[in-house]
Amino acid sequence: MEAPIRAREALGFILFSLLFSICRSSSLNHLLISNAERRIDLSSHIVKVYLTLKVENAGSTPTSEVFLSFPPTQVDHLATVEALVTKGKRKKTTLVRLDVKPTELPDAPNDAKYFAIYLENPLKSGESTTLEVLYLLTHSQEPFPAEIAQSESQLVYYRDSALILSPYHIKQQTTFIKTPSTKVESFTRVEPSNRAGTEIKYGPYEDHPPYSFSPILIHFENNSPFAVVEELVREVEISHWGNLQVTEQYTLVHAGARHKGVFSRVDFQSRPTLNGASSLRYLLARLPPRVHSVYYRDEIGNISSSHLRTDSRKSELEIEPRYPLFGGWKATFVIGYGLPLQDFLFETSDDRRYLNFTFGCPLLETVVDKLTIKVVLPEGSKDPSAVVPFPVEQHLETKYSYLDVVGRTVVVMEKKNLVPTHNSHFQVYYTFKPIFMLAEPLMLASVFFLFFVACVAYLHIDLSIRK
Amino acid sequence: MIFYNNPKPKICSNPTMSNSSTSDLLKPFKLKTKQQELLIRVSILCLVYILAFITRLFSVLRYESMIHEFDPYFNYRTTLYLTQHGFYDFWNWFDYESWYPLGRIVGGTLYPGLMVTAALIYRLLHFLRFAVHIREVCVLTAPFFASNTTLVAYFFGKEIWDSGAGLVAAILIAVCPGYISRSVAGSYDNEGVAIFALLFTFYLFVKAVNKGSLAWGLASAFGYFYMVSAWGGYVFIINLIPLYVLVLLITGRYSMRLYVAYNCMYILGMLLAMQIRFVGFQHVQSGEHMAAMGVFFLMQVFYFLDWVKHMLSDTKLFQEFLSITVTCAVAAGGIALGVGVASGYISPWTGRFYSLLDPTYAKDHIPIIASVSEHQPTAWSSFMFDFHILLFLFPAGLYFCFKRLSDATIFIVMYGLTSMYFAGVMVRLILVATPAVCLISAIAVSATVKNLTVLLRSKNKVAQIGSTKGTSSAKASSKASLDQSQPFQKNGAMALLFGAFYLLSRYATHCTWVTSEAYSSPSIVLAARGAHGNRVIFDDYREAYFWLRQNTPPDAKVMSWWDYGYQITAMGNRTVIVDNNTWNNTHIATVGRAMSSYEDEAYEIIRSLDVDYVLVVFGGVTGYSSDDINKFLWMVRIGGGVFPVIKEPDYLVNGEYRVDKGAAPKMLNCLMYKLSYYRFGEMMTEYGKPPGYDRARGVEIGNKDIKLEHLEEAFTTSNWIVRIYKVKPPNNRW
Repeated sequence: MEAPIRAREALGFILFSLLFSICRSSSLNHLLISNAERRIDLSSHIVKVYLTLKVENAGSTPTSEVFLSFPPTQVDHLATVEALVTKGKRKKTTLVRLDVKPTELPDAPNDAKYFAIYLENPLKSGESTTLEVLYLLTHSQEPFPAEIAQSESQLVYYRDSALILSPYHIKQQTTFIKTPSTKVESFTRVEPSNRAGTEIKYGPYEDHPPYSFSPILIHFENNSPFAVVEELVREVEISHWGNLQVTEQYTLVHAGARHKGVFSRVDFQSRPTLNGASSLRYLLARLPPRVHSVYYRDEIGNISSSHLRTDSRKSELEIEPRYPLFGGWKATFVIGYGLPLQDFLFETSDDRRYLNFTFGCPLLETVVDKLTIKVVLPEGSKDPSAVVPFPVEQHLETKYSYLDVVGRTVVVMEKKNLVPTHNSHFQVYYTFKPIFMLAEPLMLASVFFLFFVACVAYLHIDLSIRK
Repeated sequence: MIFYNNPKPKICSNPTMSNSSTSDLLKPFKLKTKQQELLIRVSILCLVYILAFITRLFSVLRYESMIHEFDPYFNYRTTLYLTQHGFYDFWNWFDYESWYPLGRIVGGTLYPGLMVTAALIYRLLHFLRFAVHIREVCVLTAPFFASNTTLVAYFFGKEIWDSGAGLVAAILIAVCPGYISRSVAGSYDNEGVAIFALLFTFYLFVKAVNKGSLAWGLASAFGYFYMVSAWGGYVFIINLIPLYVLVLLITGRYSMRLYVAYNCMYILGMLLAMQIRFVGFQHVQSGEHMAAMGVFFLMQVFYFLDWVKHMLSDTKLFQEFLSITVTCAVAAGGIALGVGVASGYISPWTGRFYSLLDPTYAKDHIPIIASVSEHQPTAWSSFMFDFHILLFLFPAGLYFCFKRLSDATIFIVMYGLTSMYFAGVMVRLILVATPAVCLISAIAVSATVKNLTVLLRSKNKVAQIGSTKGTSSAKASSKASLDQSQPFQKNGAMALLFGAFYLLSRYATHCTWVTSEAYSSPSIVLAARGAHGNRVIFDDYREAYFWLRQNTPPDAKVMSWWDYGYQITAMGNRTVIVDNNTWNNTHIATVGRAMSSYEDEAYEIIRSLDVDYVLVVFGGVTGYSSDDINKFLWMVRIGGGVFPVIKEPDYLVNGEYRVDKGAAPKMLNCLMYKLSYYRFGEMMTEYGKPPGYDRARGVEIGNKDIKLEHLEEAFTTSNWIVRIYKVKPPNNRW
């Protein structure tokens, strides 16, 4: 039902884009792409796209910005865009990461969205450079049929364009699509295109004007579980007594084809490969090394099916939900662990402290729709400020924990649509006087002291009215 | 290791000993000795307090901090509601999630004492900035109150005997399995606080009787109020105390003290108890409470007679007056009771009360009471299990009590004897007997040890015995001088003392063992030993409940046998048809009927109850024996009690209950059998056995080809313990 509408939309989109490309302003068209290669990896539910662009400056003025364009439907699912450039000659090549920022162009055709790549050195007239772009798409594989029984395997649609959507003229381009298995039900043919094994090849296509678009639809089997964390709240609590307590609350859902009808334990146990092939049986969380007191529980208690493996570089926590997750099934749970503080808390030269911690979700191969990180600073800390490598929403809260009088400052950061590549570090800076550490022990000590004084007083004072 | 502290208090428990042994050495520091004695006593009590708490933590250490069993889940859910919505919402709470489609007026059908207590502790801790979760408070409420009970036991023992007996009582009750069975961490049930309230009320009342003071009477009224708010077992108090008063009246121990204590306690306690909605006007309307009222009027008659006797000097005239008044009073009471019962103003005794007086009553008349395992008559072994040496010390204690008869000892004797009778009628009432048994045994231990130590020391300072004016009684000293003539008496006493300590240490180890092995299992999580001696955990209940919670529509209705109702609402957060609050027998019988009918008949019942899911518990794969197939006969009985279509003999073969090939045809095709064994015939459970071998009952099942027409398997847990079926919508008509 939905598919033809989308196709029609896409068709309209091509017409529009062609129309626009004719009357484009000249600010962009002095660049052209002499060779483009795109590899789309569909093996998990996160779509990974590797784009190799050979950009050539055909104009007369040097330029330092290269624009990437995306159709609006893709932008909503775009989790991250990274660009790298190869530096050096022959053997001594190094990859340098470039800045990529979303931008607006004044006359974008059909709401196309842009990302600007800022080159280190402006590209002079006649020169060319090779850019490596990686972007990840989430929620881009649509299960079809939308409901499957336990013994069926999960088939999905993937929609894209055979031609790379670009504001530049592309001389030559090829697209390779890698599917998770050889089982491909159908794919749109845009000649020359062919399929071999798990790879579908589109192209090479020669000389396409800017904003060329040719919609394709691939229907294939993807039995990898679509693990999506709808909401993740990570709370990092700093205690200057040497511990960093992390609590993570997950709302996990299997976003693949919905389970329909019977769930039979007999079949699931006796023929695991044929039954519930796309079900989510376990998850792997990569935790920092030297993790201790790990727990895994939910609202109704501890979940006993988890294993922790630790070595000097990382800790791996293998967790099984209480029941295997079939499409559309949900599970909520909490993972908590403690970490030694000295691994994560440092002091700056100007006597401030900062926490250096990873941002994203520790589960492998999962998409997080909404992530909230709460950094609970110790009581009495001041001037908190967070440094995050990508834009996030921030605000402050107050939390009361054990024996708190004034409450702890909480730095809250929120971000939507995360993928595992977001597991980069962020910093929270604050000032803290060590004397505040003594407040709570002193409070406890004085309470006990008063209690004993009261006992002594009671034993020594005669309160009776009559002698 | 903590438990070996136990004998130690007994050495020091005898204040006379520590007093007099140190007295000659430290004569100038008389005050200091007293302080030392106080210090020892306080530190023993502190240790016992801590011991009572930590010995109940086995389940938390073995498993986790979780709520146990069935009823505690309801209490937990209501406590959660109370802390989230406040007291007034709690009081007016109408619960749509249980007894669908009837619902339940929760505020008016529960004893709120436990929930309010836990919520208050929670509020207090949060006020003191202890950010604990309400679950932790609920889990630790019972051990906390058990600790408090040890203190009450100490004071009670001190009141009825001496502080030595009090200390021993505190220690005995701290570890007594009969009490631990209902007060381990996680067993968040009414009994957890109620035993404390019960003993506290009794203590305050005895104190009031001893002192004759209004203040203590008032305190006991409040204690009674707390008890009423916490547990239905308050009926025991309101019948035992009048009985005790009656005994005192008959034995001629009537006094002004008794008059003040009883009247104050009864009137105020009754008025306070009426504030609990679930109890309401029962104190003046229900047959179970009439004894207290009768005794109350009798007291007034006695007081009146006393007054008349005081005014009249002529005894003959008084005798006549007495006979007339007593006859009139009894006649008036009898007529009032008769009219009350006849007009329906006073309700007759309930079935539960009858079943207490007549153990066979429930079996014949109320199958739903008889079906609960804890309502069965107590086996001799469970007495031994729960009381151990106390069982032998109890008669000895009674002997000592009779030897030194006072108002207080009469009370404890009556408490002990009546509660022992009730403990014999119902397993769960062992709990009520435990404090009495501990107190009476403590008297025995304390008195024996005291006598023996006096004997031991008297040899050394025979000359001094006459001169020391210690608390040691003249009897003891005379006994000592009398025994002096006997040879080896010191050695004999020594041996007896060691024997006593040996027995007590056996008691301590037994208690620890029982607590750890029998009473510390949450019953939600099952643990077993694997083939290699490793611990295997079956967490199927929570797996199923959490599945229900996450993957069914929020308004789904779940039908299961009533045992699992509270758990489904609390953990699965779904509506249930029947639950453990067995207030509507017909509704339960309807579910029983559905379970024991053929599938198409059951489907009609299921449709009429608007059920979406059916949940059964099945232990055939794991060998878990308390599953629905083993409970099935009760479903048949309860269902058949209301709907005569269901007949028990249809499910039996020659009076035998079987599930294998020889089973009755109705059994093999009823809904419960089908749901339990659906596709079980394909399953290999044990090596060397045919497929479909039921490990819980040790047979191969009789019907392996089960087809379901109106229901479909929705979820089965990993060890098959819980199986959930979805009710299909009716077929299209064309």
